[in-house]
Amino acid sequence: MRYTFDFSGLAPYWQMFLDGAITTLELTLASTVFGLILGILCAIGRRGSRRWLSGLCGVYIETVRNTPFLVQIFIFYFGLSSLGYTMPAAVAAVITMVINVGAYSAEIIRAGMDAVPPGQVEAAECLGLSRPRIYWHVVMLPAFEKVYPSITSQFVLMMLMSSVTSQISAEELTGAANNIQSITFLSLETYIVVAGLYLVLAVILKALFWLGGTLLFRRRRVVARAARAASAGPRDDARRKTPPSATARRSAA
Amino acid sequence: MDHFTFVQFVYLLKGLGWTLVLSALSFVLGSVGGFGVMLARVSRFGVVRAIAAVFIQGIQGIPLLVLLFIVYFGVGIFGIDVPPLAAAGIALMVYVSAFLGEIWRGSVESIEKIQWEAAECLGLSRWQSLILVVIPQAVRLSLPATVGFLVQVLKSTSLASVVGFVELTRAGQIINNSLFQPFLVFALVGGFYFLLCYPLSKWSRAMERKLNVSRR
Repeated sequence: MRYTFDFSGLAPYWQMFLDGAITTLELTLASTVFGLILGILCAIGRRGSRRWLSGLCGVYIETVRNTPFLVQIFIFYFGLSSLGYTMPAAVAAVITMVINVGAYSAEIIRAGMDAVPPGQVEAAECLGLSRPRIYWHVVMLPAFEKVYPSITSQFVLMMLMSSVTSQISAEELTGAANNIQSITFLSLETYIVVAGLYLVLAVILKALFWLGGTLLFRRRRVVARAARAASAGPRDDARRKTPPSATARRSAA
Repeated sequence: MDHFTFVQFVYLLKGLGWTLVLSALSFVLGSVGGFGVMLARVSRFGVVRAIAAVFIQGIQGIPLLVLLFIVYFGVGIFGIDVPPLAAAGIALMVYVSAFLGEIWRGSVESIEKIQWEAAECLGLSRWQSLILVVIPQAVRLSLPATVGFLVQVLKSTSLASVVGFVELTRAGQIINNSLFQPFLVFALVGGFYFLLCYPLSKWSRAMERKLNVSRR
């Protein structure tokens, strides 16, 4: 059987696609910011000395990480509305996404903080740094820099996962696609277009995170510059200038 | 209004069974596909490597939900009535093979070059050194991530409910439609997923810890 693709039939609906894509980006932005805050707080709580808080954070992280996002969103949206707390689908979508991505990033950040060698903390203590400064400069920032790639790819995954919120009729990209295909009956074409749009969004998001990483972490810029210098002319003095961090890390290990 | 009884519980258990069937199916088929993707990713030919890389990046940039819709409607245009299990199975297989291919490529490439050279010195062909020398070592390294991804697969099968496959989540939705006790029903559904996933997560983490300790 032959099937002729008819993408031109979708052209009048480009505004709906665009609106959906923008909503997806808004959902992603909101859940990135709040999810990161929640994740950092949970990572700190999980590592802290208070047993009950650590346990509570552990239960939260494990529960969220071991149940499907779809079920979480059903519990949150339908469950709360059955108790009388009704809210717009978009709000429920954002809150569930924050809860979900918060647990994942908490686990990633915690792993990064655990990976800071205790010797570095002790060295900072010997230098007379105050506890908050040690926590910020020696534990938090290096840990965050180390886990930056995995945490940003988690946020890209979150953007893709936001498609699931169409199941509670949030009007993001997949939700828009569901509407368009029920108007035009061009189901396959619609979802192929949407897949392409998600790909573009993912590429844009990755590029933004990469750019943010180089702006945020000075070390990366220095290393990149040194690598460029080394490849331009592998002279001895150029090589000596390359990553000061590498030697620091080697002596710490 | 009806109450949640043993009948509904059995219905959920049946859904759980289908979740397991779909997970096993997509994991096994996806492993086969993932092995192929991994082979292509470490191929000697640049074109093959590039095609595999585009495939992986492409699949990892599309939501599974959209992939499911594309397969579901895509097979449907041939006039074949697709059983939901087949549609969900194919979509998950493609999805799993991209991710597993990438995980396994990472562990194959983390085996030192010296191992390849030693195998070559022993007169093994490229294929033989891959199968006999590199992969047995790479499997050990990749096991934690693979089991971790199995958890991901188990959770992802919940999306098959949108194409009408009656697995655990869909069973929960159906029961909820007649009882309207979403908190109870979906908490139970979530509990079932947790019981399946938590031991696997723990196992994956324990293996990872062991690997890290032995490497240090």
